[in-house]
Amino acid sequence: MKVVSRFYRLSDAGTRTVTLTVDGTPITAQERDSLAAALLAHSAKASRRTTRLDTPRTAYCMMGVCFDCLVEVDGHANVQACMTQVREGMVVRLQSGLPEMRGRND
Amino acid sequence: MTDPDLIIVGSGPAGMAAASVAARSGARVLILDEQPRPGGQIYRNIGENRDRLGWLGKGYAAGTELVDDLDHPNIHCEFGATVWRSDPGPTVCWSQNGHSQVTSAPYLLLATGAQERPVPFPGWTLPGVMPAGAAQILMKTSTLLPRDAILAGSGPLLYLVAAQMIDAGTPPKALVETQTRSMAIRSARHLPRAAFALPLLLKGLGLLHKIRKHRIPRFTGATAFRAETGNGGTIQFSFDASGKAHHHECGLLLTHQGVVPSTHMTRAAGIAHEWKATQECFHPTSDLWGRTDQPGLHVAGDGAGIAGAEVAAIAGRLAARDILHQLRLISAGTRDQTSASDRGALWRALAIRPFLDTAYAPTEAFQSLTDETIVCRCEEITAGELRAAVAEGATGPRHIKTATRAGMGPCQGRMCDLTVRGILSANKTTEPPAQPRARNPIKPIPLGELAALASEPETKP
Repeated sequence: MKVVSRFYRLSDAGTRTVTLTVDGTPITAQERDSLAAALLAHSAKASRRTTRLDTPRTAYCMMGVCFDCLVEVDGHANVQACMTQVREGMVVRLQSGLPEMRGRND
Repeated sequence: MTDPDLIIVGSGPAGMAAASVAARSGARVLILDEQPRPGGQIYRNIGENRDRLGWLGKGYAAGTELVDDLDHPNIHCEFGATVWRSDPGPTVCWSQNGHSQVTSAPYLLLATGAQERPVPFPGWTLPGVMPAGAAQILMKTSTLLPRDAILAGSGPLLYLVAAQMIDAGTPPKALVETQTRSMAIRSARHLPRAAFALPLLLKGLGLLHKIRKHRIPRFTGATAFRAETGNGGTIQFSFDASGKAHHHECGLLLTHQGVVPSTHMTRAAGIAHEWKATQECFHPTSDLWGRTDQPGLHVAGDGAGIAGAEVAAIAGRLAARDILHQLRLISAGTRDQTSASDRGALWRALAIRPFLDTAYAPTEAFQSLTDETIVCRCEEITAGELRAAVAEGATGPRHIKTATRAGMGPCQGRMCDLTVRGILSANKTTEPPAQPRARNPIKPIPLGELAALASEPETKP
């Protein structure tokens, strides 16, 4: 048994879709999805690896409590995917361990 | 809105009902809610769904009216608005779209609701393991239905989610209950009183009937939960029941052990809290009107103590009338008279709690964790590491934080605090856990946002 997504999407005529990219790959989501819902609908795989033990995680509580759904959104690290609504053209990067420290010269 | 009379944090049943009553008697109300739409978790997205998605049931559809009542010129709602600090005044700091602002009002009603009680067991952090309530949120907001799912744990929500999955055409593969026969027997003595809440009791029986009719395999008295990742990303779920070891493969393992008040905001506001032994959680101390020991601060709904959506709406109305009275918009007599029928309804709705609290108490299986079990999800600290810290002399959550970092990750202890306290009190049988504290900011905010706030005068939404 290979798990593609752990969820069925109930067909919902009339709902518009948006396209975002996850680590460069385009995925479609429904316009009212939270980013966490869009990621869960798209894949059964981890959306994050932890900072201490490098273990896989996906969104857990879906209501802003647990912070397991942290991703990078449009260049901002540690965004709660379950508290973020999808937008057309959103650029998402999955986090693995601690985010890189990027120096600024200004 | 300039100068609100009342700020309500949270637009679940308590917050919505309070806003409706307060606004219609002339108070200007500002609602702050961190979700994108009103409803709280129980009525999440009801304003968008309305009578669509009938499989979510009548209890869910009941929230429509509360959402519609928010449409009033005296009510201003800000969504995606996270309150991260509250100070005497009352004053709140809140963040929206990466920008923070400070708002004050004479009265503040904290209707912050509940979260699911964390259910630690080996494997609870794996992709494919989620709380049942989280899956329900996905049903309500994105019409996503659990695929090849097993429901495991205890509590009325487990039956409700099972019934909703059946009605949506994707029944659960099994229902694994931790409730033991002795819990069921102990709860029976509370049934006569629960009969005053007959509609709720009948609703529960209806859910159980549906689960039986659809021949969902059921296990009771289950212990020793363990989840492991199988081939292709499946979850291999094992547990003990009726003296036998069981192994099931599933795509999704949905767990539940009831809900507990979300108390970070009420703690940080300095409100006194008490330990409720029958529900094994803290709640802020308040009187019948939701008044707390902090000036201008009321609480209502599940955040004030777990009692369900019906009680939350009633408590919201009672708090709103008391605030209206303190604002001198209604007299004490009017407050009392208009609240009489709500008081009766409150008593009837609460009559079911002793039964529910006994029948679906968090089971000991989750209080006697194996050493390997991760307790703090953020910092990945195991029960064994916590016990080692206790053995070395840690006597309170602060010691535990210093020694292990448990509770110091981004969730700020929301996922481990109750378990940590359980481990700390495991060797003591007398006193309840120490008074809980939470420090501002109660949700992480970027330093840049904080710095931008410091350079601004006080703003009004």
